[in-house]
Amino acid sequence: MNYFPDEVLEHVFDFVTSHRDRNSLSQVCKSWYRIESSSRQKVFIGNCYAISPERVIERFPGLKSITLKGKPHFADFNLVPNDWGGFVYPWIEAFARNRVGLEELQLKRMVVSDESLELLSRCFPNFKSLVLVSCEGFTTDGLAAIAANCRFLRELDLQENEVEDHRGHWLGCFPDSCTSLTSLNFACLKGDINLGVLERLVARSPNLRSLRLNRAVPLDTLQKILMQSPQLLDLGVGSYVNDPDSEIYSKLVTAIQKCESVRSLSGFLDVAPHCLPAFHSICPNLTSLNLSYAPGIHGSELTKLIHHCRKLQRLWILDCIGDKGLEVVASTCKDLQELRVFPSDPYVGNAAVTEEGLVAISSGCPKLNSILYFCQQMTNAALITVAKNCPNFTRFRLCILDPTKPDAVTMQPLDEGFGAIVHSCRGLRRLSLSGLLTDQVFLYIGMYAEQLEMLSIAFAGDSDKGMQYVLNGCKKLRKLEIMDCPFGNGALLMDVGKYETMRSLWMSSCEVTLGGCKTLAKLMPRLNVEIMNENELADFSADHTPKVNKMYLYRTLVGRRKDAPEYVCTL
Amino acid sequence: MSPEIGTHQLESDTAGDMNFKETELTLALPGESRTLKEMNGGKIGTKRGFLETVDLNLGSLRADCSDKDRNESENDVLTAAKPPAAKAQVVGWPPVRDYRKNAMKSCKYVKVAVDGAPYLRKVNLEMYNSYEQLLSALEDMFSCFTIRNYLNERKMVNGVENVPTYEDKDGDWMMLGDVPWKMFVESCKRLRLMKSSEANGLAPRTPSKCSSTSG
Repeated sequence: MNYFPDEVLEHVFDFVTSHRDRNSLSQVCKSWYRIESSSRQKVFIGNCYAISPERVIERFPGLKSITLKGKPHFADFNLVPNDWGGFVYPWIEAFARNRVGLEELQLKRMVVSDESLELLSRCFPNFKSLVLVSCEGFTTDGLAAIAANCRFLRELDLQENEVEDHRGHWLGCFPDSCTSLTSLNFACLKGDINLGVLERLVARSPNLRSLRLNRAVPLDTLQKILMQSPQLLDLGVGSYVNDPDSEIYSKLVTAIQKCESVRSLSGFLDVAPHCLPAFHSICPNLTSLNLSYAPGIHGSELTKLIHHCRKLQRLWILDCIGDKGLEVVASTCKDLQELRVFPSDPYVGNAAVTEEGLVAISSGCPKLNSILYFCQQMTNAALITVAKNCPNFTRFRLCILDPTKPDAVTMQPLDEGFGAIVHSCRGLRRLSLSGLLTDQVFLYIGMYAEQLEMLSIAFAGDSDKGMQYVLNGCKKLRKLEIMDCPFGNGALLMDVGKYETMRSLWMSSCEVTLGGCKTLAKLMPRLNVEIMNENELADFSADHTPKVNKMYLYRTLVGRRKDAPEYVCTL
Repeated sequence: MSPEIGTHQLESDTAGDMNFKETELTLALPGESRTLKEMNGGKIGTKRGFLETVDLNLGSLRADCSDKDRNESENDVLTAAKPPAAKAQVVGWPPVRDYRKNAMKSCKYVKVAVDGAPYLRKVNLEMYNSYEQLLSALEDMFSCFTIRNYLNERKMVNGVENVPTYEDKDGDWMMLGDVPWKMFVESCKRLRLMKSSEANGLAPRTPSKCSSTSG
């Protein structure tokens, strides 16, 4: 293996792009480690507290592109209080100090301040791409700094962030010399923007491939923009309200017809459904359609639209499509790979789809490999059928709105149904359970889910055995998140070494106690075992029987973090 | 239901009322999941059952609950607050991001009828923060009419005036502007721009203390 000079190895390694594969390369021998580390440009950090920026820079001096993830996944559902952590500033500051030639930054579930954005915009002259997913803490002032200072910016992609909108002049901060934009997504911004500025920006961006507008962009601006950029691949429509007989509408139809390259469509945040036919001309080319923020589209307008989308591979939709609508999808979209059905009434209420819709999809779309399905009810029979029809699932997430609901027909737990899924789908990597479930389902998961990496559980199981089956059986498990299950210290402490093979474990409202967590922390110094008890602030001198409200543990090379708020205690 | 009323009921129910099962909120058909819980050996004791996680955010009531009494008082709280049950939110469930929940919430479309116009329109009330914004949008939508806004200022275009009215939850036709904006959005079912000549008995309003912005 050492017959080749370093440059040759480095050249070969260039073809290996996935970070997992590169991690494997670096473990072969010392010289491969050295070569790989010095040549790696793209780094993925799944937990920003597992390592420090200094150590990352030290190991990967050629770092140009980094992905960082911060808060635990359950933070999405209000289970993690504010100020928990996940601040990006220290990372940017360390990169700046060490003169890292940063070009791309991708963040998920992190706190991003305007100061961080300003620092980012000023310290990295070759900075090209900023992607923020589910982040918070910044305002449009930070965006203004990015626009103004990043001379070679290609991509500004804001997905589902909580942004304080100071009535954006930020868009006007892109200088006239900025012509390099390929991707601009500001759909999550709530405020107004200067429409003239937007039109001019688009007009001077010939390489623009992806454009997602926010609610403030009306139809006539959309029409003008589309006339300027018929080369778009990905379009997010903002506000889509107009009178179908108006001149603007017919201009829009013409403009859309020119957009022969659009493959991905989203948005429609406010919609007059009778205007949708304007898009029918590009539907036959679509591979991705996201109507999950468009509650105004339903019924026959929706099915008419879908009828035209024969090449769809990815569909995100609201449950108001109904089982009947899903049957239309099943008969039309034969290439469908990913489906997400979101609840239109997110409060525990009535979802408009049932097991019938899921079965229809599974029998019509054999290529389906990823599903997120919020529904009213489910049955074992349906899940067994789905498992048989679609053995290729890599991601299977089922959310019955009443999370302890049994099989709607037999009133039995849904153990057998999920058991069929894990048994049939040998490549399953991600699974979320719901419904009435006993320890039995975990027995099946431990036995069959060999490739499982991420498991989400709520209100399930009867005893410690449930969690033990999973920890014992799922060798590739990386993330386990559990809420409101009867798993206690017996399960937690059964195999403490396991947690060093995983990224993280979350347990809230379970049966683990402070004593159990302390024991674990003592046995495993390379884990951070964080306890959150919001009601009792930092009073842990009492006896160890109290149950722990929320526990989040993760492996780390850098010990306890220094930015934890008062209510977090690292044991 | 005001906190005071709730507290009274809390006090009267606490006395020895341990039969909370009958009053438990269920989300299935009445009787269904309760029976199942019993069939499965009453798991409620060992773990925090789904229903007990309901966080009704009743302010002063929750402040009194110490950890020990949590189960009991929570269930009494559930008893006291039954009417809003359908909208009660469970912490962490369903697993939907706030971003998405907020996007879904801002969707309150109501029909708008204008006397003399051949067809109705729909507006999303959540898009506006004040009566002025709404009226201005309506003027754009029905540009050939003028609307006498609730402060009795008239915008003249071709001399036709309309008085903005709305139908509230009780089915009564009300004049715009009397209640705070947010309350109006909650209760408005449809809008009608009534010809001034028909608006008999609707006296011009004195500029009011009522705030026109979201309150």
